Amino acid sequence: MATQHSRSIARLMIAPATILLLGWMLVPLTMTLYFSFRKYLPLRGGDLGWVGFDNYVRFISSSSFWPAVATTLIIVGGVLFITVVIGILLALLLDQPLWGQGVVRILVIAPFFVMPTVSGLVWKNMFMDPVNGFFAHMWRAFGAEPIQWLSQASLPSLVMIVSWQWLPFATLILLTAIQSLDSEQLEAAEMDGAKPLRRFWHIILPHLARAITVVVLIQTIFLLSIFAEIFVTTAGAFGTKTLTYLIFQRVLESQNVGLGSAGGVYAIILANIVAIFLMRIVGKNLDK
Amino acid sequence: MGAIKLEKIEKWFGDVQVIKGIDLEINDGEMVVFVGPSGCGKSTLLRMIAGLEETSYGEIYLDGEKVTDKVPSERALSMVFQSYALYPHMNVEENVGFGLKTAGMPKDEIAQKVRQASTVLELDAYLKRRPKELSGGQRQRVAIGRAIVREPKGFLFDEPLSNLDAALRVQMRFEIAKLHEKLKATMIYVTHDQVEAMTLADKIVVLRDGIVEQVGSPKALYERPQTLFVAQFIGSPKMNILDGENTSKGFSLKGHGVLPHEITNKSSLVKCGIRPEHITVSNSPADVSGEVVLYEYLGSDCYIYVDCENLGVLTVRVDDKIAYQTGQNVHLSFARERLHFFDAAGQAGK
Repeated sequence: MATQHSRSIARLMIAPATILLLGWMLVPLTMTLYFSFRKYLPLRGGDLGWVGFDNYVRFISSSSFWPAVATTLIIVGGVLFITVVIGILLALLLDQPLWGQGVVRILVIAPFFVMPTVSGLVWKNMFMDPVNGFFAHMWRAFGAEPIQWLSQASLPSLVMIVSWQWLPFATLILLTAIQSLDSEQLEAAEMDGAKPLRRFWHIILPHLARAITVVVLIQTIFLLSIFAEIFVTTAGAFGTKTLTYLIFQRVLESQNVGLGSAGGVYAIILANIVAIFLMRIVGKNLDK
Repeated sequence: MGAIKLEKIEKWFGDVQVIKGIDLEINDGEMVVFVGPSGCGKSTLLRMIAGLEETSYGEIYLDGEKVTDKVPSERALSMVFQSYALYPHMNVEENVGFGLKTAGMPKDEIAQKVRQASTVLELDAYLKRRPKELSGGQRQRVAIGRAIVREPKGFLFDEPLSNLDAALRVQMRFEIAKLHEKLKATMIYVTHDQVEAMTLADKIVVLRDGIVEQVGSPKALYERPQTLFVAQFIGSPKMNILDGENTSKGFSLKGHGVLPHEITNKSSLVKCGIRPEHITVSNSPADVSGEVVLYEYLGSDCYIYVDCENLGVLTVRVDDKIAYQTGQNVHLSFARERLHFFDAAGQAGK
């Protein structure tokens, strides 16, 4: 049906959208690259000209660089681990026929609709506050000394908050995957004498491999750039400074756009390294 | 090893009764086929025997031992599912050996048993393949392989051939029959296809709405159906059912002649059945006459459809040497000893 003529018209008509999207991506990227090679201090003299790779060297040799990378990876890894494991368990639970299933499912999904800033504040003030927080009351009820969550266990606290936010996403995707499992396969395994744990390990888990892959990939993309949760809770203190947060500090707190831009380029590289590793590990699952 | 006995078993899903009290005895080594229209409860009954479905009331015995409350794996039965239910992430070898691995059998022993099964089923070349790389017939064989390695007391087949094409179905039917011949194990086979039932079974159980209509050999069911339902369900094309009433001279067909019979125990016979293959076309006026409305040539068989006014359209198997024209008038005569009579409740007269 598509003649040469209609095809070229189609291209012409798609062009505005394509150009817009391309510009959307290229303009910030080019600007980041441009500024990363310039000494640009908005409040201390403005644009002071080209500096070559100076910004890159300074950013990577800063004492906060490697800890920031480590923190980023710990948070991403921790959240991935918790959301996948608990997500699978929740999905198994929600798959059971249970009274009020519809309501329970909506409740489980609810945290996903809470804005990161709000959830960060709610956790900080209502749960983790060492004086009036829910946890503090709970600890005291058992006669224990309340934990100063955000200062004494800052990273675990952050992982907890972010996991809470992303758990619904993982649960939802894993639940649909579990529901797509052919029940005859489980029955066949039952006839083969496999106990529930074995059925989970040998039938359900392999079936979920692909869904887990999707969860891991999508979450990684978003978790590498978490910001609001850190901003409203610890503001980067107590070792919770991620790469994203470090860039924010360089640009806005130190007013050094050039240095921040160089950090942005490093963040792109880090994201790609993580992506390559993930694709290697989980890519095999997608082939099946 | 593998006699199964069902005693008054019932299955309720909430308020709905699906199996309405079935008594059945299956002898060791028998090939029993559950047949019936969809929704008659045949699959449910099979799943109850397997243990995948709880038995609401009644008892199931396996070799004289009560197994009603036992889980599927403790019943030592194997099942072949309609969808084959192969494990998609395991290759053929792992699929077949999964049950043995679960039972904790040593590796080399598993490999040996898998190889034995694969040789029987001609799967040797495919041991390293995954289910999705196999054809329908091969998948079917893997499913059977998975069932036989465990050396169960009995095999349960849940419509195993319904996903195959016609040619393959005939071939697999033959292979299942061969397998039964070879293993001499008890097999229960569920199907809605009466041809499969007739060809495979030592004993057919016809089910309808959760009750057993009739149990018997294929020959008994074909020749002496006890109810109108069985008469119409077994045999292809269907038996012709003619309306009429019983008189002192015999069974009087509506608007046609009278068929004498020797049935004494029923006075309220209202239907008469005759199979297409037991009607002959005669030159002179016989039992009924009518007009040919369709002539079907199938190669091995030929059928004419004859409109007999008050009696409806009758199917008749005819000699393939004579071609019939539509609109032609024919006289039909019924083989007397092949007539079946039924009362208003659908019970056969004796």
